[in-house]
Amino acid sequence: MELADSKAQGAEASGIGAYLVRHLREYGLLFALIAIMAFFQIVTNGTLLKPVNVTNLLLQNSYIVIMALGMLIVIVAGHIDLSVGSVMGFVGALAAVMIVQFEQSTGVTMIVCIIAGGLIGAAQGYWVAYWGIPSFIVTLAGMLVFRGASLWLLEGQSLGPFPREFQMIANGFVPDIFPAGLGETIAGLLGERRVNMLALASGIIAAALVVYLEMKKRAQNRAYGMETEPKAFFWARVGIIAFALVFILFKLSTFRGLPNVLLTMGVLTILYAFFTERTVTGRRIYALGGNVKAAKLSGVKTERLTFLAFVNMGVLAAIAGMVFAARLNSATPKAGFALELDVIAAVFIGGASMSGGVGKIVGAVVGAFLMGVLNNGMSILGIGIDYQQMIKGLVLLAAVIFDVYNKSKQA
Amino acid sequence: MAALLEMRGITKEFPGVKALDQVDLTVEQGQILALVGENGAGKSTLMKVLSGVYPAGSYDGEIHYDGALAQFAGIADSEERGIIIIHQELALVPLLSIAENIFLGNERAKGGVINWRETDRRTMELLKKVGLSEAPGTLIDKLGVGKQQLVEIAKALSKEVRLLILDEPTAALSESDSQALLDLMLELKAQGVTQIIISHKLNEVRRVADKITVIRDGTTVSDMIAGQDEITEDRIVRHMVGRDMAQRYPTRERRAGDVLMQVKDWNVFHPLHADRQVIRDVNLTVRAGEVVGVAGLMGAGRTELAMSLFGKSYGQKISGQVEMNGKPVDTGTVSRAIDAGLAYVTEDRKALGLLLDETIQRNISLANLEGVATGQILNDAEETRVAERYREALNIRTPGVFQRVVNLSGGNQQKVVLSKWLFAQPEVLFLDEPTRGIDVGAKFEIYGIINELSAQGKGVLMISSEMPELLGMCDRIYVMNEGAFVGELTAEEASQEAIMSLIVTD
Repeated sequence: MELADSKAQGAEASGIGAYLVRHLREYGLLFALIAIMAFFQIVTNGTLLKPVNVTNLLLQNSYIVIMALGMLIVIVAGHIDLSVGSVMGFVGALAAVMIVQFEQSTGVTMIVCIIAGGLIGAAQGYWVAYWGIPSFIVTLAGMLVFRGASLWLLEGQSLGPFPREFQMIANGFVPDIFPAGLGETIAGLLGERRVNMLALASGIIAAALVVYLEMKKRAQNRAYGMETEPKAFFWARVGIIAFALVFILFKLSTFRGLPNVLLTMGVLTILYAFFTERTVTGRRIYALGGNVKAAKLSGVKTERLTFLAFVNMGVLAAIAGMVFAARLNSATPKAGFALELDVIAAVFIGGASMSGGVGKIVGAVVGAFLMGVLNNGMSILGIGIDYQQMIKGLVLLAAVIFDVYNKSKQA
Repeated sequence: MAALLEMRGITKEFPGVKALDQVDLTVEQGQILALVGENGAGKSTLMKVLSGVYPAGSYDGEIHYDGALAQFAGIADSEERGIIIIHQELALVPLLSIAENIFLGNERAKGGVINWRETDRRTMELLKKVGLSEAPGTLIDKLGVGKQQLVEIAKALSKEVRLLILDEPTAALSESDSQALLDLMLELKAQGVTQIIISHKLNEVRRVADKITVIRDGTTVSDMIAGQDEITEDRIVRHMVGRDMAQRYPTRERRAGDVLMQVKDWNVFHPLHADRQVIRDVNLTVRAGEVVGVAGLMGAGRTELAMSLFGKSYGQKISGQVEMNGKPVDTGTVSRAIDAGLAYVTEDRKALGLLLDETIQRNISLANLEGVATGQILNDAEETRVAERYREALNIRTPGVFQRVVNLSGGNQQKVVLSKWLFAQPEVLFLDEPTRGIDVGAKFEIYGIINELSAQGKGVLMISSEMPELLGMCDRIYVMNEGAFVGELTAEEASQEAIMSLIVTD
């Protein structure tokens, strides 16, 4: 027995190659995203990374990313939510009815919509958490119910348009707080028509923050004798992420600046990453998904956490629903149709495990963008929806096969 | 009379453990052999060798069956030759009917289409044989355990059984169901079916067996033949437990302090069958610095007692009172039980104790995350410090606390579970089979940890199926049988014979 332990240790210590094999998943995801972006950048003759397209890409995928945050938690807790597409559509319809038909203010509408999302999540989570009904079934029912409910609310019609204020949720940009002269000077230096300084500055700050936090984490890991990645890998990875942040935000800055949605998405991603990795409750959700019986016998209130995971999912679906409606400037009965599948796919591509307990927020976000870039790139190329679906399906399958293969090889 | 089965010099080794060592077993044609021995003596392993679960080649020794050397490659192989085992945990599909279960895998069918009339006719014949008056279409779900047991026997009879092996057939049965089953065994014997019964209930064994074979620590200790040898329960018990105390236990200064925990009139019912009482009127006390044992056979209700006390994690209609330091406390949920000062190291550490895919560090902090957090926010550095502290204190052998628990040996995994509960700062620890599946060296270390806890004034309630372990470690031992405490022995009074006779004469 002791021998087995020390043997594991020996395997542990054997160099960069072994390290890469063990962490293939994390690097694989990042490199897959880069490779796919590079591929489409070339075959679309540079259209993919044009500022206007980068802005579009972010806007198009924002609601998927927002829902993927909640879905990751649900999946880590060992469940699934098939209803999010319908719930998103329903909340969009609710917003349209309140604003267009009942002339409520944007503020009131937003609050009511978020509460409605939370209640929907609670209604479904209750049966899953306290009655032990499989989430697949409960949310399959929810999917049908809320699809029907949005049809009913909208009486089968599209409803719009929204006032400017509401549209701003999705289509607005954060105003540049720097003096206009500064932007013009920089633009001149860089040979661009204009540069939104706020966007550029936030890109640089974000990149610096990533480098700082990663370095701190590395130093801490080393101090506690935890395995650290080889130096070359570390700098390559951090460098790529930092460069990507600056690059994307620079592209945005030469178009219309920092979209409101990107800000929302960024803040939510940071919050949820912090919540899942650094808080007591977040940790307990992983424990619950990893071994529900052991978690329960260790004092984790497993039912309550499951319930809250669904409430949270409902709230995020509501936010996504408003973003979606605001972006289209109308609510349609078909809004969010089959979108739950894109969200779930993003989470699994991001490395979450179907059996629960494993998965990261950042992975889910990258997974969502990977799918987004695929969609966007194939659309630019004029590839039909038929092939798009098939390719996306195969990518999902490949990612999961890769996971399973990796795991079996490690065991 | 010729022997139907002769197993000679069977030796079976698992990594690090010799489960069977030169076991001999002979069953005469048309007789009933009783195989008795303590938990872990090797009875089940022996039966697995016989039935081909451990195929020929994976053990040493010879099996002669029906006059020829038998080398079974799997269960299907041995069943083909008429050897059928009915396991303690019944292997029936609850939502299929009696007839469907009896002919499962052996369907009365032509070209894949089941002949239901034939199936039902045969089923009725078989049910008549075992004395069960139920319709063939009745779902297994609707039958009590006793009747389910009969269905299992009917299923065995449907396969032209020549050697029927019953593993603890009466463990879950009521008195009258047990009697009916024993009568059936005698009737089958009269029809020429050779049988082996594994049982702890010595009165039953004496009633039906033509021969009793006792095994202990993986070797045959004795054969007693009815009518020739004097067979008394005392004698059987002596043979079952009479080993030398080869294992050593670290010594500890025994000094029991004030009463830490007191349980009064604890009653628990089965979680699914509300009319089945699992724990009856249990009263127990644990003092500071005291190691209290709970002895009993499998199914006596020891784990159920501990789980029901710990946050009502088992059973329903629970009544009774728990007092800590003389004050009544609420242990209704696990987190309240933890707050009240209890900890429970589960019997099944992989399924109930550990997050196998997580790191050692994250397992250790799980029951007391507040202890490594400021408010809601986890302090990774503190978490690592805590994990390192326990790694050192309990000598968990691992390259680092960031190792995943799944890669550790059983003994080290158990130390991780112990660390988790020690970090939760309990006053009383329930240890359920704390050394199961652990090698001798690690066992000794675990005993050392238990003694250390006792020296710190904690109370320990130790459940174990290994009697020498209880005798070596405990200040006091409660003997449990069929959900009730049937006796209490001090360290001085306790012996394996004393415990066994309390159980078997209950």
